[in-house]
Amino acid sequence: MRVLKLVYKNMLRHKLRSSLTVLGIAIAVLAFCLLRTVVTAWNAGVESTAADRLIVRQSVSFIFPLPEAYAERIRNVPGVDMVSWANWFGGVYIDKNQFFARLGVDADNYFAVYPELVVPPDQLAQFKKERNSCIIGSQLADRYHLKLGDLMTMEGDIYPGQWEFVVRGIYTPRDKVTDPSNMLFHWQYIDERMRKESPGRAGEVGWYIVKIHDPADAARVSQQIDALFANSQAETKTETERAFQQDFLASASAILTAMNVISFVIIGIIMLVLGNTMIMAARERVREYAVLKTLGFHTFHLIGLIAGESLLIAGIGGALGLLLSFPMTAGFAEAMPKGWFPVFELEPITAWIAFAAAVMVGVIASLFPILRALNTRIVDGLRQLA
Amino acid sequence: MTTPTAIESQPRETIIALSGVAKSYRRDSLVIPVLNDITLNVPKGEFLALMGPSGSGKTTLLNLIAGIDRPSAGTIHVGGVDIASLGESGLAQWRSRNIGFVFQFYNLLPVLTAYENVELPLLLTKLSRQQKREHVTAALELVGLADRMSHYPKQLSGGQEQRVAIARAIVTDPSIIVADEPTGDLDRVSAADIMTLLARLNQEFAKTIVMVTHDPRAAEKAHTVRHLDKGELSA
Repeated sequence: MRVLKLVYKNMLRHKLRSSLTVLGIAIAVLAFCLLRTVVTAWNAGVESTAADRLIVRQSVSFIFPLPEAYAERIRNVPGVDMVSWANWFGGVYIDKNQFFARLGVDADNYFAVYPELVVPPDQLAQFKKERNSCIIGSQLADRYHLKLGDLMTMEGDIYPGQWEFVVRGIYTPRDKVTDPSNMLFHWQYIDERMRKESPGRAGEVGWYIVKIHDPADAARVSQQIDALFANSQAETKTETERAFQQDFLASASAILTAMNVISFVIIGIIMLVLGNTMIMAARERVREYAVLKTLGFHTFHLIGLIAGESLLIAGIGGALGLLLSFPMTAGFAEAMPKGWFPVFELEPITAWIAFAAAVMVGVIASLFPILRALNTRIVDGLRQLA
Repeated sequence: MTTPTAIESQPRETIIALSGVAKSYRRDSLVIPVLNDITLNVPKGEFLALMGPSGSGKTTLLNLIAGIDRPSAGTIHVGGVDIASLGESGLAQWRSRNIGFVFQFYNLLPVLTAYENVELPLLLTKLSRQQKREHVTAALELVGLADRMSHYPKQLSGGQEQRVAIARAIVTDPSIIVADEPTGDLDRVSAADIMTLLARLNQEFAKTIVMVTHDPRAAEKAHTVRHLDKGELSA
């Protein structure tokens, strides 16, 4: 028999107590992983940004459009490599719960400005030829079982009426943080209809995407672009793509902060739960520890027994929580309104942090019982009632 | 008890020597004296019984001899080693090699089988698995419980538990066995069996035994009986 076997047997001494503690830790690790995954998913937009892209939007609010005519002037600013634009379409596809980004884009340049949206060249070429075509993300194609040539019909809200789009391309995200669920179609398709039905809204884009030559030039280029349109009817605010995404998150920052705090509070709670279990166990075994010391067992043996049991419980609970986190995360993603979090999966770093937290809990929860066992004299321990 | 032979009547070396030993405990601001100026010499192979009323200091004296407590004054030499001068780690190691302890309430670990309980002291040695098995088997055979190796303490009677405890005490072949009220929790028949076993360990295996007991019948098995009263040892 090795000391490890005694650790294992001690853990099984009170099966119900150990099981409940393991379950408590598993649930806490699961909750930690889910919360962190939500925070990560929320921040995914920021992670997907590029250092050499600027976003130009209406300075009053993002929801106000900019004239299409700005493109040429922006293109002439020194340091600018390429300019493209996009427009939020909105609309309803199938029903209101089917949420994903639907953007009218500058078909000629958009995919050059966003190289992480990988489209087969032949599909891109076909897309550019047809005004009513669209390119959808691979996740969207899977979700709705769409393939090339399929028709997507939408009911417009911002742009009223029925709209039909033919799928001519399916893009795959190059990076893990890239949204795989966008629908991108010709901005001209919207504009042409607006010229007929609502001329006052023609020639308007939502925002510009500016690819610059040198990321270090971002501040200068931004200032020069905004200076071009200062004191105009549609003044601009130009910023890096990262800053632009972070502005979106700012409105939810309180929620994200709360989630962050709660995820660590959960770790603190399981530390208390496990600590309580270990203190109860140590209190019951004061006499046994005294007997072991009498037999000649050293300090490190006792530390190994107590810390070993604590780590074993924490480790099993942590592993169980992690195992459950994967299907739970997938189920969570499935249950959420479609497209809320295009990228929603348990990151390896989150899993590692969760497991490391469980291990840390195992160590810290054993400290007090260890100190108590070491500081109890043999004669005092032997006097304890069996 | 057998009549000493000519060889046995020769003076034996002293294995336990206490000189001027005192012990007191502190409880809050009170200092409680327990033992006072104890001088005791125990020859090798002796079977010594310590008797006295409750609170006389018998268990305290036993604990000092076993090295699980330290004297407030005086010296204690056991097997030639001044155990009071050893550090905690050294004392623990010394105990594991030289002392076998038998408790009143057996103090077996309930999650371990009889075999595993007896094996416990051997975990501190460098013996191979096979050697450990041989030692444990021999110890359990000696106490007559070889057929109960896989039983847990709750599956044994009080007398059987105490015999497992004795097997644990002798598995490392210590030269000294200290027993604190070994029959205190047993019925008359079981108590007699335990005392027979201890006497056998003393006579056949030359173990030096120091035993604390209230039981006069248990004390009859000892060579020598000393009385403690109010912390002082009488002849």
